[in-house]
Amino acid sequence: MSQTPNVDPSQIKSILATDCGSTTTKAILIELREGEYRLIVRGEAPTTVEAPFEDVTKGVLNAIEEVEELAGRKFLEGDRIVTPRRSDDVGADLYVSTSSAGGGLQMVVAGVVKTMTAESAERAALGAGAIVMDALASNDGRRPYEQIRRIRHLRPDMILLSGGIDGGSVDHVVKLAEIIGAADPRPRLGSTYKLPVIYAGNNKAADQVTKTLGGKTDLSVTDNLRPVMERENLGPARDKIHDLFMEHVMAQAPGYRKLMDWVGVPIMPTPGAVGNIIQTIAKQEKLDVIGVDIGGATTDVFSVFGEVFNRTVSANLGMSYSISNVLTESGVPNVMRWVPFSMDEKGLRNSIRNKMIRPTTIPHTLEALMVEQALAREALRLAFEQHKQMAVGLRGIQKERTVSDTFEQSGSDATIVDMMALDLLIGSGGVLSHAPRRNQAAMMLIDAFLPEGVTRLAVDSIFMMPQLGVLAEVHPEAATEVFQKDCLIWLGTCVAPRGQVKPGKTILTAELTRGGGKTESHEIKFGDLVLLPLELGESVRAKLVPAKGCDVGWGPGKTVEKELHGGVVGLVLDGRGRPIALDPADPARVEKIRRWTGALNAYPDAQSEPVAVG
Amino acid sequence: MAHAYTPGLRVTELAALRKERILPLKGEVVVTEGDLVRAEQVVARTELPGNVHSLNVANLLSVLPDEVPSKMVKGPGESVERDEIIAKSATLFGLFKSNVKSPITGSIESVSEVTGQVLLREPPIPVEVDAYVDGLVVEVRPEEGVIVETHGSLIQGIFGIGGETFGVVEMAVDRPDQDLDAASITAEHEGKILVGGSLVTSAALEKAVSCGVRGVVAGGIDDATIKEFLGYDIGVAITGTEEKGVTVVVTEGFGRIPMADATFKLLQSRVGMKASINGATQIRAGVIRPEVVVPLEGKKAEGGPAASVVAGGLAPGTRVRIIREPHFGELGDVQELPAPLSKLASEAMVRVLTVKLQENGELHTLPRANVEIIES
Repeated sequence: MSQTPNVDPSQIKSILATDCGSTTTKAILIELREGEYRLIVRGEAPTTVEAPFEDVTKGVLNAIEEVEELAGRKFLEGDRIVTPRRSDDVGADLYVSTSSAGGGLQMVVAGVVKTMTAESAERAALGAGAIVMDALASNDGRRPYEQIRRIRHLRPDMILLSGGIDGGSVDHVVKLAEIIGAADPRPRLGSTYKLPVIYAGNNKAADQVTKTLGGKTDLSVTDNLRPVMERENLGPARDKIHDLFMEHVMAQAPGYRKLMDWVGVPIMPTPGAVGNIIQTIAKQEKLDVIGVDIGGATTDVFSVFGEVFNRTVSANLGMSYSISNVLTESGVPNVMRWVPFSMDEKGLRNSIRNKMIRPTTIPHTLEALMVEQALAREALRLAFEQHKQMAVGLRGIQKERTVSDTFEQSGSDATIVDMMALDLLIGSGGVLSHAPRRNQAAMMLIDAFLPEGVTRLAVDSIFMMPQLGVLAEVHPEAATEVFQKDCLIWLGTCVAPRGQVKPGKTILTAELTRGGGKTESHEIKFGDLVLLPLELGESVRAKLVPAKGCDVGWGPGKTVEKELHGGVVGLVLDGRGRPIALDPADPARVEKIRRWTGALNAYPDAQSEPVAVG
Repeated sequence: MAHAYTPGLRVTELAALRKERILPLKGEVVVTEGDLVRAEQVVARTELPGNVHSLNVANLLSVLPDEVPSKMVKGPGESVERDEIIAKSATLFGLFKSNVKSPITGSIESVSEVTGQVLLREPPIPVEVDAYVDGLVVEVRPEEGVIVETHGSLIQGIFGIGGETFGVVEMAVDRPDQDLDAASITAEHEGKILVGGSLVTSAALEKAVSCGVRGVVAGGIDDATIKEFLGYDIGVAITGTEEKGVTVVVTEGFGRIPMADATFKLLQSRVGMKASINGATQIRAGVIRPEVVVPLEGKKAEGGPAASVVAGGLAPGTRVRIIREPHFGELGDVQELPAPLSKLASEAMVRVLTVKLQENGELHTLPRANVEIIES
């Protein structure tokens, strides 16, 4: 963030952190004990942004009150948080917070070319934690009046305008500024202030853009996010978004001015903070990571591959408010293929709509749980598809091609998400974190993301990543320590060869050497899923021999030797091939799914033909 | 959670309700505080800026962008008629002339010497806000709108489609477990708010539209019916802008679910009275539920509007509706609220309650999240 907080990490022994979500405000207490930072307790309370309370700090105080009760300590004095700490029992050294209440940060972005500057602007906004309502471009196929109507209709919190490389042609980007000006955009919250607009385009056009938009909007000019064709420079635009989020958007939300006074570091949008912690971990551990947060309304996907960070938000894929949309987008057959029994479509559709209109209900029966988890697989799969489309190399670049490149047709449009390179897949959100069995979470992650080769799986048990993300801004050591030790629940490791062989043939042979030198060998047939015990804290030395033409990480047919780590689920050997062949119309589908869920011990003994699903 | 509550839908005989009637942009309020207003009466009006059109005059005249201002016949702020010449140029000693005509009637918004683009704006669009309910103007917000207070019956639905409308309440069925089908709707129902029982069918909705019925209130609706009626699937529950000629309010949920007895009886007792209904639903932060409001002239709810904000808690004896399978849609009374977490058939560990079903007196243990309080 651009504002440098005045915090000395060496003096911090006690940290209070909150995340103000749309429905719940979560508070955690982190303390330095015996030389390491650990999570001590966690409290929560309903968020109080809306009527009848209309003051976010009430929910914050209620959540901290619960922390006080659980920790047997005092953090509040009247309606204030005591910082810095006064004694071992009173106050905290640092208070930080994130927020997604009131619908989070909603933005419109604009760029000259749809697949170049508009796409870069979208990445900058998404990376900062925003929901991108629309991306306008000079070549998006819409006529100017259609674009103007769209901006007027959307009422975003903020607009990010980019376009052109530094020193390039000014014409197109000024034209976009004129369109934005003509729309006379109004902010979503409050009618007394001007809409914040960030200009991060061609520096040569800055004066003209200021002339066009300066009077009508609250314009900020920052560095070009695409100064040259070959390079993105998203940092300054992201920082500016965070600043304006604080100064304008948050300041309009009820109670936030008070909350802003309390925090030791500027409040961050929740997804921006999650992205922060994932990047920090990926960098420190040199890992390629995917993180997903599946909520009631939206699903966020974060990835770091080769130090390139991407975040996408699928605004209408979620498990309650948006659950109907998951069904609409994926189609009934795609959902039903994961359900280990047959049910009629009308019943399924009505039950999902009923969940949408009463989003707080929970599955009572086992069958209802299975249907929700089938929907979760599809929501995750669709959100991940969208992520892969956004996480691409820079487009519009002239590349020198070598002879070997001529055989490789991937080009810059190809996603940089490489499932074989992926080291760690982290899931969070109710349906994953609160699944009655951890094995169910592991199975949903594997079925939806289809990891290849060797991948560790984890869930964020209590969704602490936002608080740790904002904490990482000032105290990365504390944030990563708590992340590794208390935030993640390690599920285990998935080994999945890419490729396919004939049914009944061996796709993978795994030789495992456990602690003490005992060796065991497992042959995995094509189509099989096998769960082996490997507990949390344990590891095995593995020799993984894929079938000819199949790949577990070092190339087709090549043997991989690796250390595999355990977890609360264990070691999953997935011989179903990639992609998994699962035809909704296949009469053997139900039997297949039952075999897989049985192998993973995902459910208690399933009944045969259920009648009620809700 | 230290502070938990299970909000429900309100079904109440008499409540004080306040409705904000606010303009989308600043304008003129045409009533004063203390006025008695009718639902259909306009209380405030304004003009929305007209749509904007763009013309690239530099290209059309084949001149450089910075030459455009000098070629304009009309300048920013001036009004223009459709096909009126707004810019012209002459080349080769005036031998070749080019003109640019306005594609709309309106005014010139701006002329850019950087892009050569001229923006034209259509005339403003008048917008009027009506009172929506019969009642009293209790507050005027100058230039913004008013607050209308009414005292009457309120029935909140769970899901709806279509916007605000009003009409006289009429029963289309005799019992809450009867379907509302096309045969129950006749030409005499024109302009009415029609109350059905357990399920409104697709054919009934079509018939309602053709007979000019203003609103339909029913216990349940099939998801497939909504898709057929609207022509598309509802992905996210944000509705209210549909323009199908009839507003629908569903009180219980999707599927064939009898309307709760109390709701049905209340509506029955309001036959012949004028009701205001709105199908607008938003199930996200800032929840909006569809509603039926029947103002009762001469009645006054005790405690005023403040008393209408309810956030009750669950306690033994509380009347609840089960909102998820099994027993979806059934009503009962809370018997016990055990404190420890209990294991469900799905193996989830949750807080539960025991409920005695109204219909047969059976006792069932359910997750607390799967009931809603019936508020009155």
